[in-house]
Amino acid sequence: MSTGLNDNEIISKVLSGDYQAYAGLVNRYQNYVFTLTLRIVKNREDAEEVAQDVFIKAYKYLADFRGASKFTTWLYTIVNNTSISFLRKKKLDIHSLDNEKIFEMADNQDSGMRANMVEQKSKLAMVNEAIGLLNPDDAQIITLFYKAEQSLEETAQVLGIEVNAAKVRLHRARTRLKEKMETYYAEEVRNL
Amino acid sequence: MKENHVNSPLGAGGIEERLWNFIDGTVSAKEKSVIEQLLQSNAEWKEKYNELLQINELLQSSDLEAPSLRFSKNIMEEISKLHIAPATKSYINKKIIWGIGFFFIAMLVGFLIYGFAQMSLTGGEETILSKDIIKVDFSKFFSNTWVNAFMMINIVIGLVLLDNYLSNKRKEFRKQV
Repeated sequence: MSTGLNDNEIISKVLSGDYQAYAGLVNRYQNYVFTLTLRIVKNREDAEEVAQDVFIKAYKYLADFRGASKFTTWLYTIVNNTSISFLRKKKLDIHSLDNEKIFEMADNQDSGMRANMVEQKSKLAMVNEAIGLLNPDDAQIITLFYKAEQSLEETAQVLGIEVNAAKVRLHRARTRLKEKMETYYAEEVRNL
Repeated sequence: MKENHVNSPLGAGGIEERLWNFIDGTVSAKEKSVIEQLLQSNAEWKEKYNELLQINELLQSSDLEAPSLRFSKNIMEEISKLHIAPATKSYINKKIIWGIGFFFIAMLVGFLIYGFAQMSLTGGEETILSKDIIKVDFSKFFSNTWVNAFMMINIVIGLVLLDNYLSNKRKEFRKQV
């Protein structure tokens, strides 16, 4: 329906009253938005709720998108704000999440199967799991930069920080990711 | 000298940080050529570079998570009940924002001018600032002609802004009717 159109063309259609055209944007970016929210809220059900909220907010305020930046940059700014508001509402301190506890929880969930699964687990699944063990800030910047196809400048814009600060944060996040991979997936890292 | 610089973890950002910048393509041309030389001549740099490059490739090729199958349908159902809000700039009148800003700045400037005018800079310890703030007779401020005139101007500006706001509201109401 709207798959051949670019983002701005779809937005023009939606703004001129064709609300069904919005499905084109939802289908195009649902995985990106869901992955980002999942990295921040760390729970699939909550992430789906937040991601839906993001698309609904984006629709409601679509007239405010002036095209000064990419649509995705604007959309991911809504993802960032909505996810952080959600965490605040749940009274979770995003900075105090204990990574080791998160890992223990994840580890306990599949403790029986883990030994057999380690060998079968693909490298990509290992990376995804390792990102899941990072704190929300680190996971978010890695996801924005690598999966959401945002440049360093756009990533900084989404997070509301300076480009240099984004560069430093990304570097620290990658260092922590590497540490997590070496600590919890030493075998897989050796076989890389 | 060069070796010290290369091996220093913090020197010029440390090996990893410099290599990540090199991989991201955010280094200057000069730094790029320095790193390229180091990668050719230094085994430690080469090994670290390969390690980071692998992580970078893994991160780039990692998959996205997918929401449930009903995700898109749920959103479309929700938005079918909604209306797109008008763009913020269409209902925020910049003149009113500037007017309010001017109103407060004029108030602050006025009070500052009045305050400084009351100070006697040549009177040594007898400046207004040296007095106990509790003992200041504020009633004097409001019986001064200049202050009264200034307050009157502010009240007039305030009434103009209020009138502007109410007339806009009236126009919107007429449009809706």
